[in-house]
Amino acid sequence: MRFFEYEARKVVELAGVPVTKYGFCTTADEARKVAEEIGGPVVIKSQVLSGGRMKAGGVKFADTPDEAAEHAEAILKLEINGHMPRGVLVDPKAEIKQEYYAGVVWDGTAKKPLMLFSDMGGIDIEEVAESHPDHVGRGHVSNLMPIPDFEAKQVIAATGVTGSQLNRATPVLAKLARLFRDNDMTLAEINPLAELTDGSFVALDAHMEMENEAVGRQKALLRKQLEIAEEDTRETYEPSDFERHVAAIDAADHRGVIQGKDHGFEGNLGLVIGAGGGSLTLTDAVRSQGGKPANYSEIGGNPSVAKACGLAKEVLEKDGVEKIAVMMSIVSNTRVDIVARGVIKACLELGQDPGETIAIFRIPGAWEEEGFKILEKYGVEYCDRSVSMWEAANRAVTKIQGAPTA
Amino acid sequence: MSILLNKGTTFIVQGITGREAVNLTRECLDYGSKVVGGVTPGRKGREVHGVPVFDTVAQAVENHGGPIHGSVVTVPPAFTKDAVFEAILNGIKLIVIVTERIPRRDVAQMVELANMEGARIIGPNCLGLIVPEVCKMGGIGGPAKDAAKAYAPGPVGVMSRSGGMTTEISSSLTQAGLGVSTAVSIGGDAIIGSTYAELMPYFEADEQTEAIVIYTEPGGRMEAQLSEWVAEHDSRLPIIAFMAGKFMDDEEMKGMSFGHAGTIVEGKEDTATEKIARLEDAGIRVVERIDEIPDAVKQKLGVTA
Amino acid sequence: MAEALNKVFIDVEVDESVAGDAALAAKLEEVCPVDIYKDAGGRVEVVEQNLDECVLCRLCIEASPPGTVRVKKLYDGSELS
Repeated sequence: MRFFEYEARKVVELAGVPVTKYGFCTTADEARKVAEEIGGPVVIKSQVLSGGRMKAGGVKFADTPDEAAEHAEAILKLEINGHMPRGVLVDPKAEIKQEYYAGVVWDGTAKKPLMLFSDMGGIDIEEVAESHPDHVGRGHVSNLMPIPDFEAKQVIAATGVTGSQLNRATPVLAKLARLFRDNDMTLAEINPLAELTDGSFVALDAHMEMENEAVGRQKALLRKQLEIAEEDTRETYEPSDFERHVAAIDAADHRGVIQGKDHGFEGNLGLVIGAGGGSLTLTDAVRSQGGKPANYSEIGGNPSVAKACGLAKEVLEKDGVEKIAVMMSIVSNTRVDIVARGVIKACLELGQDPGETIAIFRIPGAWEEEGFKILEKYGVEYCDRSVSMWEAANRAVTKIQGAPTA
Repeated sequence: MSILLNKGTTFIVQGITGREAVNLTRECLDYGSKVVGGVTPGRKGREVHGVPVFDTVAQAVENHGGPIHGSVVTVPPAFTKDAVFEAILNGIKLIVIVTERIPRRDVAQMVELANMEGARIIGPNCLGLIVPEVCKMGGIGGPAKDAAKAYAPGPVGVMSRSGGMTTEISSSLTQAGLGVSTAVSIGGDAIIGSTYAELMPYFEADEQTEAIVIYTEPGGRMEAQLSEWVAEHDSRLPIIAFMAGKFMDDEEMKGMSFGHAGTIVEGKEDTATEKIARLEDAGIRVVERIDEIPDAVKQKLGVTA
Repeated sequence: MAEALNKVFIDVEVDESVAGDAALAAKLEEVCPVDIYKDAGGRVEVVEQNLDECVLCRLCIEASPPGTVRVKKLYDGSELS
């Protein structure tokens, strides 16, 4: 789950990291008021879940409250990379002496959070790591032990930073690491962490992402402190009707799991496939052999006939779908005969001939003999485990468009 | 031989009274595995397919009269960490976590504790592991007779991020007359207890294993880690890899998550294309089609097809 | 858009001789994992919309006097007994 900058700022503020006297505004008038309170030059920043705000004109400087209101007015209407802003952040324009980078990410190899720090802040940390590796300090923290300040201190000292800067930056990085862990973040960055001319350190920008699986247990932060509504999931893209319908069918019945995606897919062959790894393998196999999938899907667990039928119907009802391929890796938990019933019923309910509409049925495994009886009865072409997933995909593609172009 | 499991391996099932656990307990017993107890707090005194249920792992160990090797954990995500901590701190050394959707922080904590206590975690979000005709720990392969059909004993070690594909690939090896030494469903999450590289030393030490097949997907650095391991160690084991999800390299698919939680691609080096290149650089053969695996293995073993 | 179809793959027959048995009605409602049987005030009622969910577990047959409950597989004409 992604956060807007103003929310990320709040998160670091709650963790005790110094922040500016910023204001989050949804109207030009509010922006004017905040600028007045700040009483000096300000920065107006679009609040969108997208990068490239500066380039797109979503970050502007203002010397007076009126100018602030003017810029806010314009930015509130400015679409950036397909996103409309939630509001604007009005920030005092800082007297910066130096910019640093402080961040925490997951290291999947070490299986621990990794602290990162650089005295070359304000730019892309990956670039800095490549071109100036000795300007980037790294250090892991334990998942179980409390995080002591000195671990952050070591990371910062590795970049050569010393003096009062070291002492001021240390608690910021340590707090960032603690909030990363406590709030189930997958990314927590302050870039830039600015040293102002008066020697103080403030977070001038913040970027956070929380793990989706953990959202359920972070209600205090999300609902109370950040006031984010439950429906506000901030997906990377708007789900299509197909995706929403399949999700609804899945949610209404606890038996088994189905999922459907069609973002970026356009084709005539509907895929009713599974399980997870099988779905990936089969989608590749269809495409590699010249097929045009209309969608991606996953069947998992032990779905009811109704659930399998629901998925197949949604796929069949998609624009442009001529046939469906029903294929899975060998199943232990999913019942072949139940899925067979479901997909055949979907065809019948839509007034279609299952033998015509189902290009191939390839699900080896539990209850397959019973499944084969059903498929035989309805004239559906099927194959057993002696036919590979690659070959089954081949047959589906051939059925729908002639010999595949491999 | 095999890795991690043998004829004498004993294990418990934590969360044994749940629907999935009741099923896999039956399957494991039918397969000949020694399921010596189950734990569901509050249900002490019950039985699941003849397996006694206890409130605590300590009670199960006491009842057994000696150390228990393993545990299959099917407890819901909010309680998994507690169950796994309990297992580890009661001396259990091999823990298969079936549960999915566990927050990463919890998984990392479980793994760290396991490391401290010399225990090994397989998973989470996995189907377990199997040594054909010896022992099955988890739902892998399904009911005993289905598992027997798909898994014949042989010289190939299998490691897969997808539970279903572990069986699909193992079945194709069985059909080709090769067979499996041990197959491990390592799990689909971003952080897991045992990566390919971490299991390689076990396979290396197992005389029965002569080749390795891995199933991989985009996301994470496990394949890079394996490539590094191969470069650093003089392994006798040829490795064949199959990668799924190549379509995720497409521009329109960027940032989407398919299949397992661990497949979210976070940077260029995690794409399927990059991974395949890295694996091949390390001398690992990456096959294009899933049905090429058995022949590729035979080639590496010097067996005529 | 399309009508839901029921009784495409599975049908169930309950003999009149036992359909009014209240104990059986209660028992069948309890054992069937997909809610094909309903205890309608002491009478066995078959819930048509759940018929196709039958998992062939035979618990209904085992709970009833022999031959009184029949599960028919419409796709191959056979019957579970």
